[in-house]
Amino acid sequence: MTSATDTTAHVDGEHHDDHHHIPKGLTRWLFTTNHKDIGTLYLWFAFIMFLVGGAMAMVIRAELFQPGLQIVEPNFFNQMTTVHGLIMVFGAVMPAFTGLANWLVPMMIGAPDMALPRMNNWSFWILPFAFLILLSSLFMEGGGPAFGWTFYAPLSTTYSGDSTALFVFSVHIMGISSIMGAINVIVTIFNMRAPGMTYMKMPLFVWTWLITAFLLIAVMPVLAAAVTMVLTDKFFGTSFFDAAGGGDPVLFQHIFWFFGHPEVYIMILPAFGIISQIVPTFSRKKLFGYASMVYATASIALLSFVVWAHHMFTTGMPVAAEMFFMIATMLISVPTGVKVFNWVATMWRGSLSFEIPMMFAIAFIVLFTIGGLSGLMLAITPVDFQYHDTYFVVAHFHYVLVTGAVFSIMAAVYYWLPKWTGKMFDITLAKWHFWCSLISVNVLFFPMHFVGLAGMPRRIPDYALQFADFNKWISVGGFAFGLSQLIFLALLIKACRHQGESVSDQVWDGAEGLEWEIPSPAPYHTFDTPPVVK
Amino acid sequence: MQDDNKNIEQMADQIQPSPTQPRQDVDHGKTVGKIMLLVVGMFCFAFALVPLYDVFCRITGINGKTNVEAAVYSAPEVDETRTITVDFITRTHSGMPWEFEAQTRKVDIHPGQMGEVTFYVRNPTGRDIIAQAVPSVTPGQASLYLNKTECFCFQHQPLKAGEEALMPMVFYIDPQLPENINFFTLQYTLYDITETAEDAVEVAMN
Amino acid sequence: MKCRNLLSFLACSTFAFTSTAAESVSGAESQGRSDLNLRPGVTDISNQVYDLHMLMFLICVIIAVLVFGVMFYSMVVHRKSKNAKPANFHENIKVEIAWTVVPFLILIGMAVPAANTLIDMEDASKPDMTVLITGSQWKWHYKYMDNDVEYFSVLATQQEQIKNRLQKGENYLLEVDRPLVIPTGQKVRFLITSDDVIHSWWVPDFAVKKDANPGFINEAWARVNEPGIYRGQCAELCGKDHGFMPVVVIAKEPAEYQAWIEEQEAIAQRAKEEEQRLLAMNMSMDQLMTQGKKTYDTVCAACHMPNGEGLPGVFPAIKGSPIATGDVDAHIDILINGVTGTSMASFAKQLTMSEIAAVITYQRNAWGNNTGDMVQAKDINAAMNGKE
Repeated sequence: MTSATDTTAHVDGEHHDDHHHIPKGLTRWLFTTNHKDIGTLYLWFAFIMFLVGGAMAMVIRAELFQPGLQIVEPNFFNQMTTVHGLIMVFGAVMPAFTGLANWLVPMMIGAPDMALPRMNNWSFWILPFAFLILLSSLFMEGGGPAFGWTFYAPLSTTYSGDSTALFVFSVHIMGISSIMGAINVIVTIFNMRAPGMTYMKMPLFVWTWLITAFLLIAVMPVLAAAVTMVLTDKFFGTSFFDAAGGGDPVLFQHIFWFFGHPEVYIMILPAFGIISQIVPTFSRKKLFGYASMVYATASIALLSFVVWAHHMFTTGMPVAAEMFFMIATMLISVPTGVKVFNWVATMWRGSLSFEIPMMFAIAFIVLFTIGGLSGLMLAITPVDFQYHDTYFVVAHFHYVLVTGAVFSIMAAVYYWLPKWTGKMFDITLAKWHFWCSLISVNVLFFPMHFVGLAGMPRRIPDYALQFADFNKWISVGGFAFGLSQLIFLALLIKACRHQGESVSDQVWDGAEGLEWEIPSPAPYHTFDTPPVVK
Repeated sequence: MQDDNKNIEQMADQIQPSPTQPRQDVDHGKTVGKIMLLVVGMFCFAFALVPLYDVFCRITGINGKTNVEAAVYSAPEVDETRTITVDFITRTHSGMPWEFEAQTRKVDIHPGQMGEVTFYVRNPTGRDIIAQAVPSVTPGQASLYLNKTECFCFQHQPLKAGEEALMPMVFYIDPQLPENINFFTLQYTLYDITETAEDAVEVAMN
Repeated sequence: MKCRNLLSFLACSTFAFTSTAAESVSGAESQGRSDLNLRPGVTDISNQVYDLHMLMFLICVIIAVLVFGVMFYSMVVHRKSKNAKPANFHENIKVEIAWTVVPFLILIGMAVPAANTLIDMEDASKPDMTVLITGSQWKWHYKYMDNDVEYFSVLATQQEQIKNRLQKGENYLLEVDRPLVIPTGQKVRFLITSDDVIHSWWVPDFAVKKDANPGFINEAWARVNEPGIYRGQCAELCGKDHGFMPVVVIAKEPAEYQAWIEEQEAIAQRAKEEEQRLLAMNMSMDQLMTQGKKTYDTVCAACHMPNGEGLPGVFPAIKGSPIATGDVDAHIDILINGVTGTSMASFAKQLTMSEIAAVITYQRNAWGNNTGDMVQAKDINAAMNGKE
C-alpha cells in the first residue's frame, strides 16, 4: 500500500508504527509534516498574533481615549498603528485562514495530507521569525516602522529610520511563507482529490481557498517587489519613487495597491467559504446557488485586479481613470451581493437552529454587509474625496476585516473544534464570548462612521474636541472587545485539554461533507484509503 | 529524525514531491513548477510595472510628466482661434539653495505657435552644485500636447559657486489639445543632485 | 516700533484680522458642522457631494433593510424549535438572474449623478485666482500667484494644551497662526505640491481633498459662497506630527479680501525693509539668546525637543552635536537650505535673518554647547545672498 501519510513515517524512521502513535514533545511540533499538526500551529500562532496586535490596538485606543497626548508620543503612536496593521493582516488573519486550510482541505477532499508536507512545515516555521524580526525592530533606536502598513514612499524610503531594512526583510519572509502555503493548497486540490470529487462537487471552502491561493500566487510577488524597491531606494540609491531621479511617488501607490486590493479579497474569500459551509448545516438545507457562489467568487477575484486605484482617487488622476475605477469598484458589489442573497435564500424556509457557529455566521452576514455597503459608498469618487483617509474608512475596513474575516474564523473554529478535539467546547463560555464580542465590536467600530463623516482623519494621535465624546465610546468598546477575546482564550485552552462532552462523528445534526464522516476526534491520519465520492 | 531535519534544511527538496506517491500518480513537481513560473513571472511583472507606468503615463498623461526628450518643431498650422494660457511655477526642493525664477510667469499662446520662456538661476552658495529640474503639468492630460524643442530640464544644470545663468525653454502646444483645456500650469522643481550626479550619472537620469 | 521682529509683527496683524473675521462669521461657522454626518459645506460642489452622499446612504439603508428583513423574518419563522421542515430547493435561475441584474441597474443609477459631479469637480479651468499650496513636515505654505504674498501656516495650539497642562481651547488642533484667506464668490484654484513626503490638503467644507506629491503638482478648486472660517486637516500620514498640521481658510467678501491682500503686500514690503534695517544692527548676546530661545521653542523644539536632545534614531540631537559645536558656516547652511532627504527643511523663508541668527546663536550656546559664537543677521545675509 502506498499512501501519502507515509511521509510522516520519517519522523520515527519506521513505516508501520506511525499509524498507531503520535510523536510527543517539542520535536513533534518542530518537525511535524502532519497537516493537522501544522493547522493547529498556524491557528495558535494566528491567535497569539491576534492578541499581540490587539494589545497594540489597546495602546492606540488608550491614547485616543481623550484629546491631548497622554500615554505615548506621536512617533510611537505611528509605530503602533503600523505594526498593528501589519500583524493583523499578515500575522493573524492570513495565518488563521492557512491554518484552517491545512486542517480542512485534505479532510474535505478526501486526501490523506497536504501534497507537500515538508514544505508545509517550512512555510509555517519561518513565520515566527518574520514576526520576531518585525517586533524586535520596535526596540531599535528610533523605533520600528512608523509609516503605516501601506508604507507609502517617500515616507518609507528617504524619510524613514533604519528599521525599514528589518521591516522589508520580515515582509519578504511573510511573503515566502504565504506563497509556499498557497502552492501547497493548489497542488493538494489539483492532484489529491478523492475519486469522484469533481471540481463542482468540492465544498465551497475548498473552492474559495483555491481561488484565494491563486490570488496569493499572483500578488504576493508584487508585494515582494514593492518592498524590494523601497529597500533599494532607501539604501542603494535607486530612484523608483523619487522625483529627483526621475521616479514617481505615486507609482509606489499603484504597485502597492495592485497587491493591496487583491490582498483584501485574500482575507475575505475564505470567509465566504466558511459561511457557505456553516449556514446550510444549521438551516438543514442545501446551499442555495452553489454554482453561482463559485462563479461569484471567481469574478470577485478577477475584478479585484482592476480596481486598485480606488484607494488613490485623491492622488490626482484624470477624470476618465477615476470613472473607470469607480465603475469597476461598484461592479464588485454585484457578485458580493449575490453571495449575501444566496446565504439568505439558504436560510429561507430552512429549519434553523442557532448554535454558536451559526450565531457567528449570522453576525458575519449582517456586519459584513454593513461593511460592504460602506465600501460601496466609498467607491463613489466625488464622495470618496470626503471619506478618504478618515475614520469612515477605518470603520469600513474594520467591519469587513474584524466582523467579517475574524468573525468567520471564530465561526469556523467553533464549527470544527468538536471535530478536531472530539469534545464539545464550553457552550456557556462560547455564548459569553459571542455576545460580549458582538456588542463591544459594534460599540467599537460603529461610531467610527460618525467621527469619520464629521471629519476626523485616520492615523492621528490627538484630535479636535468635537470628536471627543465618540472617541471615548470607541475606546470603551475597544477595551471590552479586547477583554472578550480572553474568554475565547480560556475556552480554547479548555478545548485543547480535551475537556467536555464527547461528540458524535457528525457533531452537528445538519452537517454534511467528508470531514463529518470520519471519527471525532479526527484521527492523526485520515483517508489513508481514499473515500469514494458519489 | 536526523533525516527529517536534513530534509527541512534542504530548500530544494521542499519543492520535490513527497517520496511516496499520492494515489492518483500525479507528479506534484510539474504542478509546483508551473506555479513557481507564475510566482517568478509576477515578481518580474511588478518590476516591469515601472517602465510600463512610464509608457502608460506618456499615453494618458496620468501624472503630468512631460517628455524627457526634445521634440522637433514640425511647423503645424497655428490655430489662432484659440488662446492657451500657460502658467509657470518654479520651486526648489528643500536642501536646494538656488534662486530659481521664471522671467515670464504667464504666457498666452496659440496652439502651434512657438513660445520661449527664460528661467533665471543663481547659486548663492560657496560650493558648486549640479541641479536637475523636474517638470510637472496640471491637468496631467495637457502634458501630452506640450512639446518642448529645447529645455534645460533635459540636462543636468551645473553652476559654480556664486554663478548665475539664464536657462531657455522653447515650446509649442500641439493644436490637437482637447477643447476643454485652455489653461494649464507647468511647474519645475529644482533638485540638488550634486552627489548622485557625480557618483552615478546614469542612475540619476533614469 | 513695538513689534521687534517679523514673527511677532505678523502675529500681531494675524491676530487683528482673525479676531475681526471671527466676529463677523462666528455664526456661519457653527451652523453646518455636524458630529454625526458629513457637512453640506459652503460650495455648490460640496453641496452636490453631500446630496450624493445622502442618496448613497439612503440606497444602502434600503438594501440593508430589505436583505436583513428577509433574513430576520426567516430566522423568526423558519426555526427548528417551531418545527419548521426544511424545504428542498437549492437553486432558481430566474431569481438568481434577477438579483444579479437589479443591483446592476441600481449601480448605474448611482454612477450617473456621481459622474456628473466628478466632471464638475475636476474642471479647474478659468480660475479667478490661484494659490500655490506646499506641504512640508508639518506645516503648509501658501503663495498667492497673482500677488506678492506668501507665508507659512503652522499649528497655533500651544504645546501646553496638547500636553494637558492648560485647558484646551474651542478650536484645539484646528487653529493656525496665519490662515489662508480667499475671496467669496470667485473661483479659487489651488495648486498643491509638497517639499518632502506626501501630504493631503483637506477642507471638508469645500469637499476638496488633494494629495501633495513631492515633485508633482495637483490642482483643485473652490468657489466659496459664504464668508466664514473653514477648518480642515492634513489627511495623509506624513510622519510624527501628521495630526498637528491643520488647514484653516478664511473666506472674505471680495472687497474685504482686496483690502486684506493689499495690506499683506504692504506688510511684506515693510518687513523686507525692516529686515534690511536689522542687517546693519548687531544684537547683543543676551538679545540673541532670548530671541533665539523663543524661536527655538516655537519652531525647532517639535523635533529636536526643548532640551536639544532630539529623538534618538529619528531626529538628531543639537546638544553636543558636531554641527552645533563645529563650523559656523555649515550650521548656517543647514538652517537656510535644509538637508535634502530629511525632515530638516529650509527655514530661509519661514524665519527672518535675525531670527535665524538668533536661533543659531542659541543652539551654539544652550545646553552646554558653550561655543561662545555669536551669529548676526548680516552673516545670514552673506550666506544667503553671497558675500558682496
